[in-house]
Amino acid sequence: MTARIGVITFPGTLDDHDAARAVDRAGGESVALWHADADLKGVDAVVVPGGFSYGDYLRAGAIARFAPVMTEVVAAAEKGLPVLGICNGFQILCEAGLLPGVLIRNKGLHFVCRDQWLKVENTSSAWTSRFDQGAEILIPLKSGEGCYVADQHVLDELEGEGRVAFRYVGGNPNGALNDIAGITSANGRVVGLMPHPEHAIDALTGPSDDGLGLFLSALDTLVAA
Amino acid sequence: MTTTEIIDTVEHAASTPEHAQPYRELGLKDDEYQRIRDILGRRPTDAELAMYSVMWSEHCSYKSSKVHLAYFGKTTTDEMRAKMLAGIGENAGVVDIGDGWAVTFKVESHNHPSYVEPYQGAATGVGGIVRDIMAMGARPIAVVDPLRFGPADAPDTRRVLHGVVAGVGGYGNCLGLPNIGGELVFDASYAGNPLLNAGCIGALRVEDLHLAHASGTGNKVILFGARTGLDGIGGVSVLASDTFSGDESGGGRKKLPSVQVGDPFTEKVLIECCLELYREGIVVGIQDLGGAGLSCATSELASAGDGGMHVWLDRVPLRATGMTPAEVLSSESQERMMAVVKPSDVDAFMRVCRKWDVLATEVGEVTDGERLIITWHDQVVVDVPPRTVAHEGPVYHRPIERPADQDALQANGPEALPRPATAEDLRALLLRMVSSPNLASKRWVTEQYDRYVRGNTVLAQPSDSGMVRVDEQTNRGVALATDCNGRFCKLDPYQGAQLALAEAYRNIAATGATPLAVTDCLNFGSPEDPAVMWQFEQAIKGLADGCAQLGIPVTGGNVSFYNQTGSTAILPTPVVGVLGVIDDVTRRIPTGFGTEPGETLLLLGDTRDEFGGSEWAHVEHGHLGGRPPQVDLERERLLAEVLVAGSRDGMLSAAHDLSDGGLAQAIVESCLIGETGARVVLPEGVDPFVQLFSESAGRVVVAVPRSEELRFTEMCTARELPWTRIGVVDKESTELEIQGVATYALTELREAWEGALPALFD
Repeated sequence: MTARIGVITFPGTLDDHDAARAVDRAGGESVALWHADADLKGVDAVVVPGGFSYGDYLRAGAIARFAPVMTEVVAAAEKGLPVLGICNGFQILCEAGLLPGVLIRNKGLHFVCRDQWLKVENTSSAWTSRFDQGAEILIPLKSGEGCYVADQHVLDELEGEGRVAFRYVGGNPNGALNDIAGITSANGRVVGLMPHPEHAIDALTGPSDDGLGLFLSALDTLVAA
Repeated sequence: MTTTEIIDTVEHAASTPEHAQPYRELGLKDDEYQRIRDILGRRPTDAELAMYSVMWSEHCSYKSSKVHLAYFGKTTTDEMRAKMLAGIGENAGVVDIGDGWAVTFKVESHNHPSYVEPYQGAATGVGGIVRDIMAMGARPIAVVDPLRFGPADAPDTRRVLHGVVAGVGGYGNCLGLPNIGGELVFDASYAGNPLLNAGCIGALRVEDLHLAHASGTGNKVILFGARTGLDGIGGVSVLASDTFSGDESGGGRKKLPSVQVGDPFTEKVLIECCLELYREGIVVGIQDLGGAGLSCATSELASAGDGGMHVWLDRVPLRATGMTPAEVLSSESQERMMAVVKPSDVDAFMRVCRKWDVLATEVGEVTDGERLIITWHDQVVVDVPPRTVAHEGPVYHRPIERPADQDALQANGPEALPRPATAEDLRALLLRMVSSPNLASKRWVTEQYDRYVRGNTVLAQPSDSGMVRVDEQTNRGVALATDCNGRFCKLDPYQGAQLALAEAYRNIAATGATPLAVTDCLNFGSPEDPAVMWQFEQAIKGLADGCAQLGIPVTGGNVSFYNQTGSTAILPTPVVGVLGVIDDVTRRIPTGFGTEPGETLLLLGDTRDEFGGSEWAHVEHGHLGGRPPQVDLERERLLAEVLVAGSRDGMLSAAHDLSDGGLAQAIVESCLIGETGARVVLPEGVDPFVQLFSESAGRVVVAVPRSEELRFTEMCTARELPWTRIGVVDKESTELEIQGVATYALTELREAWEGALPALFD
């Protein structure tokens, strides 16, 4: 039996279809989850996809964290449910307190869409175990509020515990502190990143298929469990 | 004013025939106003006058262009119509692309708002075209944005460009539609009149096509989406001055800007809501609310159906207090749609809207009469035959006159312009050309647009055409390219329009797709200027005759007049969009060289000494005169057939159309996109300057894997398509060598090509 991975749709979510495609392509079974339902449908893991939930009005991710489904996600994550937040999903996980820090407006103030090289710095999390330590992967980045910032002690903690999952290489596109593109929770079950692995699952429609590694990692983790 | 003020009802209008109305200020001529009185047998009410004035405006009624647009119908044969499921007159054209799929596509202008308020003008331009596509029952799948601005170094260009690009991106990115192409052109003629053209493609199953109509007595009319406010009431600015106090002290409100304000989040939710309504099969007819708002939607829906319509206007949810019926009818508030639904489906309709938190209100009913009747708190404020509002507006035969200086313009050719004399001159010229604003990399702009969302983008800028996969199982997809060289159109609008068509057609074929259908966005100066009308008439003839020759129909389009500053019109700019179909997107042809280990470069087509209207004459000499390049549509068709056959048989590893900037530009771009070096050997006995910079049409440079070279060249020879071997790709090299002219490090070229726009706009 294959793992069932939920993909949440909020009003304004854009990349839910892509995230579901990536789950299925990796060999999992994607399950649609609806923001207004406090029901995770018994899934084994959750992806919070990209987009502009609730228009990103007020502040990116700030409204979505109050959705009924997020209450369930937070509770389940605390018990070890693997959760991946991509772009707006990363912002939502930060707002929900599952990951530390916050994403602010890009340094150049423009929305940036480009193929971005990332270095994989942590291969022990639920979403990164398939990668080799130090591997460089090419993943699309597309965001206007992708600049990761946190207090110095948080940065020290992330760096000290090896919780920086992905770092920008070949130029920092948005001013993120320590070139941080993605981080993990202390237990390695929750990962958030700004670039979009679900857009890099096939060289036909993306710059590479490097993004599949995150979804394959989760399936490995779930099978092993 | 307050709501207690007397409402101008039909009864009141009938009893006060002498009441003076501000019809002239609303843009109506004396005879037009008289015609309205004749149609109604009385004076119109304020609300009726508002409706007629906006619907009979140039923008809505096409009164100056109608007689010319008819030429498209006359030149479209049944054979060309074979794949057309809907054409001119619908919200957007629809074509059958095979496998049970249909595609709808259209390009519209939002030029004037984008000058006044660049961000919102551009944003709502994108929003408007997306709703047009939705109204056909399709899921929008991609957008494109042909843009034109004043000189790149003019201070105001910076203001307009920053706002427009941020607006296109801000709205499109938030809607979740990949931006797959467009244009970026700078010319002094657009300084006071930037062009924001926005295109959208939508896909649907053939059986799901929804045409806007309101049939079936007793069916309910539902307005859904955003509330109606005071934004975008441009057409009624004078009625407004009657009723608005113009300041807060008069008990009224401040006039809101006539440019609408967009909310992409609401539109995204509206898209998903509409698609779910379509899936449920509970929509009889649907219409988007764009220009002219409810005036347009109610009169068009009613006149396309088989009965009349009653609308209770006071039920429309408002976001401002004290709005008059005329204001409610004229508001251009964004993100609204109107649907006709069977009474038994209304509950299901409302349930879907609630799921998406979309406000939906039953505002009317289809009746068995022939009148559109609109009431306001039980008082009749509109009682009209809807066709007279929507379709039977005035038609003008504007005076047409070939400009007096057209001969002098054509006589002033580029022959006398000094050309580069030495290899050193040529070397420097190439760098100046690739770093000039019109030829430089558009990355500064396109990097602000999401091209990945929905995961079906196969090609996007800087490819020759944007391409998206429509069916994930079969890999069937579509490509869209938009082009226009306004300088060529100025020199000869007939030929210029054909060159625009030829270029877009070629760009489709250069990616391996087969051209299928055409849309246009005709941007011109004032129709009241006979010289402009001559340009317009010539361009339409050229485009229509060209389409007939190529055998692909024009399925729809848009006209934008009055693009001028004082008496100076913009360059005539008939933007032509060609849609192509490809049965398997995995065989797409990329633009960058170097995807195969060893590649030969071939130039297909003939190069002539053609510099009239060229980028070289523009950049180096600020010169515009002479004749545009020759156009040979039979050759274009042959070239396209060879490219598609080459793609189908796996003989081509890259292709790039030659247009602005000629061969030099194409080779530089394909090397930089492919991140590879190349050695170019120009044919002997010809002037290298002409070879490198001429803008002769009907040419493409292709990269052919060594193993396929013989097979491909034999095919070209057999089909009598001229080809010339001009070099090889060298993956190991970091240089572009043009033998006998110059050698460039790729880093030097990249800095010139990619550095120009950031230097201007960062």
